[in-house]
Amino acid sequence: MAAVLSAPSPLTATLPEDVVLRAEDLHTHFIVGERAAKSVDGVTLTVRRGETLAVVGESGSGKSVTSLSIMRLLAHPGRIVRGKILYRMRDGTVVDLATLPEKRMRAIRGKEIAMIFQEPMTSLNPLYTVGDQIMEMIRLHEPVSRHEARQRARQMLELVEIPAAEKRLDQYPHEMSGGMRQRVMIALALSCNPALLIADEPTTALDVTIQAQILDLMRRLQRDIGMSILFITHNLGVVAEIAHEVAVMYAGRVVEQAPVEALFARPRHPYTKGLLACIPNPERDRAADGARLMLNPIPGNVPSVLNLPPGCTYAPRCPLVEPRCEGEAPGLVPAGPGHLSRCFRHELL
Amino acid sequence: MNHSPSPQGGDVLLSVRNLSKRFHTASGPVKAVEDVSFDVGRGRIVGIVGESGSGKTTAGRCILRLVEPSEGEAVFDGVDLFKLPEKALRAYRRRMQIIFQDPYSSLNPRMRVGDIIGEAIDTHGLAKGAARQARIADLLARVGLSPEHARRYPHEFSGGQRQRIGIARALAVEPELIVADEPVSALDVSVQAQVLNLIQELQKELGLTMLFISHDLTVVEYLCDDIVVLYLGRIMEQGPSREVYANPRHPYTKALLSTAPIPDPTVRRERVILQGDIPSPLDPPSGCVFRTRCPFAIEACAKAVPPRESVSPSHSVACIRQAELATLATQKVTA
Repeated sequence: MAAVLSAPSPLTATLPEDVVLRAEDLHTHFIVGERAAKSVDGVTLTVRRGETLAVVGESGSGKSVTSLSIMRLLAHPGRIVRGKILYRMRDGTVVDLATLPEKRMRAIRGKEIAMIFQEPMTSLNPLYTVGDQIMEMIRLHEPVSRHEARQRARQMLELVEIPAAEKRLDQYPHEMSGGMRQRVMIALALSCNPALLIADEPTTALDVTIQAQILDLMRRLQRDIGMSILFITHNLGVVAEIAHEVAVMYAGRVVEQAPVEALFARPRHPYTKGLLACIPNPERDRAADGARLMLNPIPGNVPSVLNLPPGCTYAPRCPLVEPRCEGEAPGLVPAGPGHLSRCFRHELL
Repeated sequence: MNHSPSPQGGDVLLSVRNLSKRFHTASGPVKAVEDVSFDVGRGRIVGIVGESGSGKTTAGRCILRLVEPSEGEAVFDGVDLFKLPEKALRAYRRRMQIIFQDPYSSLNPRMRVGDIIGEAIDTHGLAKGAARQARIADLLARVGLSPEHARRYPHEFSGGQRQRIGIARALAVEPELIVADEPVSALDVSVQAQVLNLIQELQKELGLTMLFISHDLTVVEYLCDDIVVLYLGRIMEQGPSREVYANPRHPYTKALLSTAPIPDPTVRRERVILQGDIPSPLDPPSGCVFRTRCPFAIEACAKAVPPRESVSPSHSVACIRQAELATLATQKVTA
């Protein structure tokens, strides 16, 4: 795996057959005057075909900017300054999204890669009916009649288990509940049958009983359609439920990537370990007499992307820190089968 | 109906009885909170959990009379807060404080932190001059900030630090009861753990009583001694949290607990995924408000609001089928 990371070979050769998307040493900066906010500071991650990669991190970790970089939807002054985003198209050719001309990106968004957000109203237009919006999406990418597009739109609403789909087509987003809008957004995203779905905190604004419905729906859709999912979240509980593979981000970098079971069973980065220890756990946090034990928070705060520490960005908060960590940035190295860690001392974990 | 099991039979600081709040909107009356009764024992942390529209925030605000209740009583240390005239209420306001969810919008951006905390001290005339300054410094230290922070403005702090400032402000008047409305929901996990530890330390040191309003079932299980489960303004189940989590008796509580994501991919639970959405509080279902989403609903559930049934001295459930469902569950296990 490490050899693949650095191999400067032709694009097609760098992407194994089962990989849909691979970001390599991606850097996205927001440049204001003399200063650069290094929101994404060397991200490497892999999404395999038909699987869900969860990207987990706290605020400021760069997880959303990574997804916007992949979609090339960065707002000014954000810019990809270095790295590759290799994507395997459905016809098998591999393109680098980081440098693809905007005109070709337009054919990719929606048709090859679709995106859903935390707040459905960021993608739904309040002035058009749900049906019109899905039909517009379909007709943008495919030469079908209005009638045919409407049939397809209805099928999409049925696919996401919206009851009375025919009636719902003529409703406006405000006439629907939050969970229903989230379903419409998923229907809209899937209407051109994308190979990769990027979901940015899609259940964060929802109540737990509705969140369970949406996660269930996404699992079922993945099984039926075989799409790959890049799922961005801050919730490790959701990660455990939906992911095959997990990438943990901290201060603009992926600090660990591993299959989900391996990551939770034995995290190989001190940040991941610290994050898991922060979540209350009834078995761990009670003494034998039932008394509550204190939690083990990670000390300090996430560093500012305007002023990242040299060396390992986690060093100032890390219990395993040694002098070397403060001067030199560790690379993402193998730490077990399919397990990568960006820590010099991962063997101690 | 009026009898509420008191927690551990101990000293009750706050006793809420038949609390109802109706809001009159253009589309008609909304029953935000309906016939809610529970006790809060002195020194205990009581969690109020529920999804959006459950009325948890409204209930908390009614108790502090930040929102005027429509009906019921809230007996605090022997006095019904709902009957107190505004002037007499003032003395009680000092004994009860609130911490808000959003540490960004609950602090005045134009005031220095020292003045934000000092304002609470001044309002109740608790200290002046040097004593006031010393008190502010002490409060900041207590919540893990430094006295120099008094000179800074809210925008200079992170979310976690702002929540600490909000806590210091609440503590400034030495309250006995704190209503904490989703105090850690807006914080990142690592910061959330810091604030949860702080809340516990303060609670122990100062002997505080707390009403902890939250949608996060993991946090409530960890922090709260007792739990009240709300759905569409009504109590579905209440009791000591260890008992309710170990043995939920209401179908809603069961569904809620089974769908809360657990950070462990090896856990395979029998998940109860509820169908449909939470009904509009403008037009709640008749009888049991949960029946439209309940997998066990029968005709009788639509006829009358289910009375509260005790399943243990301090654990009660509002479900007419709870005894029957418990037997079914036991049979399934033994079979």
